[in-house]
Parts: sequence; structure tokens; C-alpha cells
Amino acid sequence: MDALDRVVKPKTKRAKRFLEKREPKLNENTKNAMLIKGGNANLTVTEVLKDIYAVKKPFAVLYKRKNITRPFEDQTSLEFFSKKSDCSLFLFGSHNKKRPNNLIIGRMFDYHVLDMIELGVEKFVSLKDIKNSKCPEGTKPMLIFAGDVFDVNEEYRRLKSLLIDFFRGPTVPSIRLAGLEYVLHFTAVDGKIYMRSYKVLLKKSGCKIPRIELEEMGPSLDLVMRRTHLASDDLYKLSLKQPKGLKPKKKKNISHDVFGTTYGRIHMQKQDLSKLQTRKMKGLKKRPAEKSAEDGGATPKKSKSA
Amino acid sequence: VEAVLAAAEEQEAEKRRSITVEKELELEYDLGNLLAVDRNPPPAAALRGAGPRREALLRALARDNTQLLVSRLWELPAERAGGAGGPLVAQLPEPTFRLPREKPPPKPRPPTRWEQFARLKGIRRKKKTSVAWDEQAKEWRRRWGYRRAGGDPSRAWLAEVPAGADPEEDQFARLRREKRERVARNELNRLRNLARAHRAGSAVPAAPLHPTGHQDRDELRRVARVARVSTASLGRFQPRLPKESAEPPSRSGGKKRRFEPLLGNLAAERSRQLELLRDMGSKKPVLDITRAVNKQLRQEEAEAAAANKGKKQSKRGKRGRRQQRPGRSGKKSGARRQPQQQKPAGGGTGG
Repeated sequence: MDALDRVVKPKTKRAKRFLEKREPKLNENTKNAMLIKGGNANLTVTEVLKDIYAVKKPFAVLYKRKNITRPFEDQTSLEFFSKKSDCSLFLFGSHNKKRPNNLIIGRMFDYHVLDMIELGVEKFVSLKDIKNSKCPEGTKPMLIFAGDVFDVNEEYRRLKSLLIDFFRGPTVPSIRLAGLEYVLHFTAVDGKIYMRSYKVLLKKSGCKIPRIELEEMGPSLDLVMRRTHLASDDLYKLSLKQPKGLKPKKKKNISHDVFGTTYGRIHMQKQDLSKLQTRKMKGLKKRPAEKSAEDGGATPKKSKSA
Repeated sequence: VEAVLAAAEEQEAEKRRSITVEKELELEYDLGNLLAVDRNPPPAAALRGAGPRREALLRALARDNTQLLVSRLWELPAERAGGAGGPLVAQLPEPTFRLPREKPPPKPRPPTRWEQFARLKGIRRKKKTSVAWDEQAKEWRRRWGYRRAGGDPSRAWLAEVPAGADPEEDQFARLRREKRERVARNELNRLRNLARAHRAGSAVPAAPLHPTGHQDRDELRRVARVARVSTASLGRFQPRLPKESAEPPSRSGGKKRRFEPLLGNLAAERSRQLELLRDMGSKKPVLDITRAVNKQLRQEEAEAAAANKGKKQSKRGKRGRRQQRPGRSGKKSGARRQPQQQKPAGGGTGG
């Protein structure tokens, strides 16, 4: 869109900060997701979008109005939305006779569509239907993928990568162990993908590591894969490329050996050995045995047995 | 003793039984993302059945996998955040699963005209202290800004008339005008650098010429070249300005090498070969030593400046200068060695 391509020069500090937040960076921001309703979205699909929004808060935007677009035919409106709201993940819900309860999950690279996968919702249990206590908003979920299909099939592999990207949440350096409350479990069996969310209860076990009990909570979906629009291999590789600055800097003078021992290297200047302070070195002091040997060969002291 | 050890082991095993999970294939963990991937094929036949049984099976599978993941997470190095009573916090490693980026990585901005010049000449940044000694006030004051070291320049009550200036001229007005000009020139250069960086970043294609007022040298040159070549004979017979080059501008921009035809100009070839023989046989060195030495020194300085660009300028002063001296004299002898090398080779082939 022309309006968004024009370079805007900021006139206030606030505008400048806003633009700086959106420009490409070495360490990127957490990806935002936009949840869009299609032209004819029914109740199920709307509920799904609302639930996923609740899971992904605050890194998601839910568009309440219906948008009459077809992502698989025309991607410009999606790209426009993504540029406007700076979201690189999207979830588009629609419903028609040919594809009932349709969800299109996708991600963007540089505000252009990278991957899009269409999933059909066969069964949906919402957050409201399961009456128990929920975990707090914004908890980083644990993600578990079960099923060998996720590695064998190329489309399923991309779907796995997409789901991880979608539900990952912010990258944190450390995590509170008692706060691991939410787990999303994806099982791929028989051409269907079962997504279940559980609340984790940590029970006492004999040792330090607690025993896990799960309580069903939150949205559970039975999905079936329909169409896909995956990026070409080289575009995908280009998007995976990380800049050089992110590589961990090698610390000089530190080396590790096979057994895990860390060796350090210290570079000393040349020491004048004649000026060394030997009076303060306990190791050089004459031990009583040596003293007596010097004096005249008395019996050495008995050493204690272990 | 062995009986005691065996009993202790059994007790441990009992305790651990509640948290151990048996799996055919080990899971793959990415603890940075709190991710676990289970490659074991799930029991397809059992899961095909209807509702509650399937849910129970899925739940059991999830419980096992979660138990394994949580055990791994609990084994990470943990500490108590915020003192003794705080929550137990584990240090997560870096995420290993490669996910595509949101936007392409940022391109470094191109160097400004001054930065290019400084790199060429080997000029390095002098680190200035933030405070300077003020003789008038006899204290350390900031280098610029409110209450600066040299006193407020706007309140200067004396302006000397310089040697060759007009005695009637208003010196204060001159100073003010010059400052304004300096500021304006600085601002213009800054905007030009910005525009250059922006153009380099977005790779603007050969756009049509701006209306007068916004044309810059490179644009004019480019457009003039395109206009010259856009004739039926591709610019070969166009009238030329007195200082323009004779040959038509090459489309590759001077990157490809041009070779003379093998059997063309006999006279030129003869004169070239005679000149070569003359130079080889003469006693005077062809190489101008001073020019070579200066070039080498400049190149060295530029390299040294580039190498030390990121590092702190810790080796300044005596140590820095001491390091540079042996380098200088070394290279001078190196430069002198070259003509000596050429001569025996020339003598060999000439003789």
C-alpha cells in the first residue's frame, strides 16, 4: 500500500521510539499474532479465535470485525494488516460449506507471507466449557509434540515449526520452577492433530523432582490439515539466517577438554626471580622432618593411618 | 557395608519410581523453548476409538511426556532469586530450535564521507574527557553545555579585530554569522549523509532527475551518461566537453578488462617494447622511493586504525608511539629493497 511505503520522518521522540521498535533488529521482539475473522465466520471459529487470544495475551491482537478476504488467493490485505499492526503471525478463521470451521495459521517474513497452513477444526472444547481454575495470563507454556509424523512429513514439520513459533511466547533467560503451570500437547495420529492444554499440578514425590498430575483446562482442538502454502526452500533458508552478531562470543584463553574440565590460561609478565618474596610462601618452609634430618638423623614422626 | 548400600539404593529406586517414565525412544528436548519432541509412534488403534477413552489415553501420554520434560527442567542449575525466601529460579539455556526471523537482519549503515576519509588516512578518534579544567574559575567544568569550561561564548565582551580585516567591520556580527554558517553546513552534511545511507539501503533505481534545487552530483553524472549513450550510435560521435574523457562510458562501469587486439598496431608495440628495454637497462630506479614509502605508511596507518577500531585506545601515549617507530623504519627498508630486487631481475632478462 502506498500510504505505508512512504518513509515517515518522526517529529516527536515518542514517534521515533515507535518506529525504532518496529525496525529490524539484531535481537528481535517477541512475535505478535493477529487473529482475524473471515467474511462468514461461525460461532465455533469465533470461539476458537477468542480462546487463542486469551492464551496468547498480550502478544496478540484480535480483530473483532469481519474481513472479507481469501488468504489463499490474495495475500495483500493480510500483508497490509501485518504492516499496520507489526504482527508477524496470523490466524484467520472462516467457515463455508466446502471448508467448514476453517483456520488458516501462518507467519510472515519482512511483512510478506512466508508459510500458511489451512486446518479444519473437527471438535472444539472451549475454555468456558471446562470449569476449573485457569493459570494466569501470559504464562509461558511448555510445548510437547508426540508422533513421528512431525518429523517424517515435510508439511507436518513446517506445521510443528509454525506452532512452536505461534505459542512460544517471549524468550526468557531464567524461569521460576514453580511457575511451570501450562502445557500444550500436540499429538499427530492418523492424519489428525489433537491439541490439548493441561494445567500442571506438581505433587510431592520422594525426591527433589516433583510428580506431575495433569488437569484438563483450556482449549482443546481436533485439527485436520487441509491446504498448505509453504515458502520455497531458499526463502525459508533466508528467513532462518541469523546475523553474525548473535553468535556467542568465544572467550579467549578458556578451553574445555573431553571430560568437561575447563582450562584457563594466564599470561604472566617476566618475573625477576631474585626479587621473589619467599618468606611468605608456606610451601617452602622447612618441615619438622627436614629440620631433624638436617640436625642429625633423628627418627621421623609416625604418620596417622587412614 | 554392601548390604547397607544395596538397601539405600533400593530406597532411592522406590522413591524414583513415582517419577520415572519408560519410553522406547528418548525424547528430544529444547529447554530454552520449554519444548519436548516425542518420536515414539502413538498407539494409533487405541486412539481411533471414541471420546472418553481417547481423552484418557491422550492425557496419560501427555502426563508421561510432561513428567520427562519437567524432570529435565528441574535438573537445570537453579538458585533462589531475591534472597533466601525467594522463589526457586532455573537458568534456561539458549533455545536450539531454529525458527525463522520476523524481519531480515539489519544492514550496517554505510560510512559517512568523514569516516571514509579517516579510514583512508588512518585517523583515529581521540577520546576526550567529559570535564575540562577552567583556569578562570579554577575548577573542573564540563566541556560544553551549561557552565562550560571556556565561559559562555554568547557573553564574550571582547572580539579582536584580526590582522588583515576591515577596521569598520562589526566583529561580533561576523562571529555570529560565521557560527550560523558553520551550523548550517554541518546540518547540510548530516542530511546528505543520511540521504546517502537511505539511498544505499533501499537501492533506489535510476529515477528520473529531480527538478532543479534537489539535484546532486552523482545523479547528474548518471543522467548525463545515460543521455550520451542513448543515441543511434551509442554515444560514439557525441560532441564532448573539454575535460570529459575520450572513450565512451563502458556499460559495466569499468569492471571488465579490455585487451588490445594481438596483431594490430605494430608501431605501438615496437615503441612499447623499446621503452621497456630502456627502463630495464637504465641505472636510475623506476620506483620513486619517497612516494612508495609514503603510500606504504599511509596504508599501514589505515590498517592499524581499522584493526584497533573496536578496541579501547589503551595503547596511546608512549607505548603507542614506541610500537609505531620500529614499524616505520622497518617498512622504509622494505620499500628500499624493492628497486634492488628489480635490478638483478632486469639485468638477468636483459642480458
